[in-house]
Amino acid sequence: MRRRVYLDNNATTPVLPEVLEAMRPYFGEHFGNASSIHHHGQETRAAVERARESVAALVGCRASEVVFTSGGTEGDNLAIFGLTDSGDHVITSTVEHHAVLNSCKRLAAQGCEVTYIPVDGRGLLDPADVKRAIRPNTKLITIMLANNETGVVQPVAEIGQIASEAEIYFHTDAVQAAGKIPIDVNKIGCDLLTISGHKLHGPQGVGALYVRKGTGLEPMLHGGSHERSRRAGTENVPGIVGLGKAAELAVAGFARGDDCADQTMAATRDHLERELLDIEATGLNGEGAPRVPNTTNIYFDGIEGEALVIALDLKGLAVSTGAACSSGAIEPSHVLTAMGLRPDRARASIRFSLGKQNTAEDVDFALALVSKTVERLRELSPVWPRSEVSR
Amino acid sequence: MLPSETIAVAMSGGVDSSAVAAMLRADGHNVIGLTMQLWNQRRLAGHEGMPESVQGRCCSIDDVYDARRVAETLGIPYYVVNHEERFERDVVRPFVEEYLAGRTPIPCSLCNNHLKFDQLLIVAQQIGADKIATGHYAQVVFDDQLNRWLLKRPADTSKDQTYFLFGLTQEQLSRTLFPLGGMTKPEVRELARKHSLAIAEKPDSQEICFVPGGDYKRFLEAYLSEQGETPTEIAGEMVTTDGKVIGEHAGVHNFTVGQRKGLGVATGSPLYVIQIKNDTRQVMVGKDEELYSRTLRSRRVNLISTAELREPMRVSVKIRHRHQPAPAKIESAGPDEIQVTFDEPQRALTPGQAAVFYDGDIVVGGGWIENSTP
Repeated sequence: MRRRVYLDNNATTPVLPEVLEAMRPYFGEHFGNASSIHHHGQETRAAVERARESVAALVGCRASEVVFTSGGTEGDNLAIFGLTDSGDHVITSTVEHHAVLNSCKRLAAQGCEVTYIPVDGRGLLDPADVKRAIRPNTKLITIMLANNETGVVQPVAEIGQIASEAEIYFHTDAVQAAGKIPIDVNKIGCDLLTISGHKLHGPQGVGALYVRKGTGLEPMLHGGSHERSRRAGTENVPGIVGLGKAAELAVAGFARGDDCADQTMAATRDHLERELLDIEATGLNGEGAPRVPNTTNIYFDGIEGEALVIALDLKGLAVSTGAACSSGAIEPSHVLTAMGLRPDRARASIRFSLGKQNTAEDVDFALALVSKTVERLRELSPVWPRSEVSR
Repeated sequence: MLPSETIAVAMSGGVDSSAVAAMLRADGHNVIGLTMQLWNQRRLAGHEGMPESVQGRCCSIDDVYDARRVAETLGIPYYVVNHEERFERDVVRPFVEEYLAGRTPIPCSLCNNHLKFDQLLIVAQQIGADKIATGHYAQVVFDDQLNRWLLKRPADTSKDQTYFLFGLTQEQLSRTLFPLGGMTKPEVRELARKHSLAIAEKPDSQEICFVPGGDYKRFLEAYLSEQGETPTEIAGEMVTTDGKVIGEHAGVHNFTVGQRKGLGVATGSPLYVIQIKNDTRQVMVGKDEELYSRTLRSRRVNLISTAELREPMRVSVKIRHRHQPAPAKIESAGPDEIQVTFDEPQRALTPGQAAVFYDGDIVVGGGWIENSTP
């Protein structure tokens, strides 16, 4: 049996055993509809509300401000479409996840104006640009917290300040930050914040949107009065319980470390990164910017990232590059392109993202395999100068 | 049985390439399924004259889904590789430009030369595969005496695809397998059924994969409008072969040699496009018998069964995919150029199409038809 190492935790993370255990009863013995008035409903209602408190603790809000969703994409869509009308102006960035970018594209088609704030070579945007972009009809600023490809953390607190002064709603997609760095919606000063269960070792198919009290959010799904009429539909109880447990474990992790999510993970990532950068003709994407502690995005000159990802997968290492399109083929990364990376370097870039389950041995396995594979690919490359390859 | 090798199979989601993957897997090879993402079908959807919804077959989500299901059934790793940029540069662009220059291109050959047996071969090598295999109906064998790799017509001559493969080099042939070369189509379908492949009854595709519904004129217009290009100097006169101007036409790309319908002129006897003059943009029309030519000049020639053509050679020559090879003499006419002289005049020799030379079942080589003389 081939050894398999998974370093693609920004795509999804394995459900932690404690999370699975917490969820298990809600598939069987505790099956009630959380809206039912009887015993069965009360049981699951209590579980949903406990989970809501755990999620609230993760992001520093009140439980009543948490809306459970089907995941990050729904959270982003609800925030964006729930707040805007035709004629409104929205400010976002060029490096957002497609859940935000394509929602904004749709807004533009529906008669909204959208401004895309650029980023610099480190992947950071300038809050002053956000401030300058504000117009009388600006309704919403939506800027991500941490980037999914590079892990770069945007200066969201400064943007929150700007939004608050201008009395504009501020939404941040925190899907790649939740569980990795401490989040406090009041420090950020955001009105809405999206998280997703499966990016922090919870299950797929569940997420949450923080909605500050008093925010006039129109629901997208119409039906019953679930989630305080902000999201109709019978609650995904096992999923919500799993998300709650994952949030609880993440908070416990923060309490152990001091400021950073997980000192061990940061140290492991730094080791991985240093060793990868020791390979000739490589570089770090997002260098000089604050980043979440689990992600590193490296370019390997002279390599096609697509071939490297496949070659590594065939040898047992799961990593990724850019975004995948509907067929599963790799598309040129809009994030790296927006950072001004040369097209060949954007194509030569690979993302390594760690999870709680990864060990030092996993990283050693990855390092040995990557350096060997990169060398082999460079030998085959028609454009790579052979003499420069270290042997 | 050959020793076990690592082989990348170019999978389209169709019966043929799926059967190839199944056969090689059953033979004990280490098989990796690859699908090339070449063209985004949604790109031109809704553009002037193009359907709103996705209709073309190339790289459609459905085909990728089918290929993925087959790979899953066979238990082989499967990946989609993105070659959209190269495909546009090396296939779509030349396709458009050839039509605008009054020629009739064959995108499938360009795709074989620049994508399937070039880029895909590179990817295969990079991911550790020794060879690639495709579902083409053709045979590749090594001839010890000639010390060359030979391309041969398949057992099922009704499915013969060697016409589209004349551009393969010795290096490419040495690393290519055509496992269907000895089989008939019904046998291939039977094999797919035997392996319980869900695509066993899927119909064959015929059209140019990136042109929805086969309407290349609408495709050209939509592509050019997307690119913000307005081709100038494509309109011109419609003239008879004896020099009489009988009308105007809106663009040379609307015509192909031998075309009878849609000429926009009414005369007593049926008229055909005899020649499209690139320099003057004139479309020459005439009678059917004027379509016949005895010689043609082919350029950018690739020779397979021989390294060079030192002296004239008797061969049979195919001038389009569905053409019965006709006896002819070929001789060198300069670097990478070959002059073909047919025993009998051939109808509608079309610039942009390929002339492929056969010695019996063996492909001698081929080139792109440049012009013809009566």
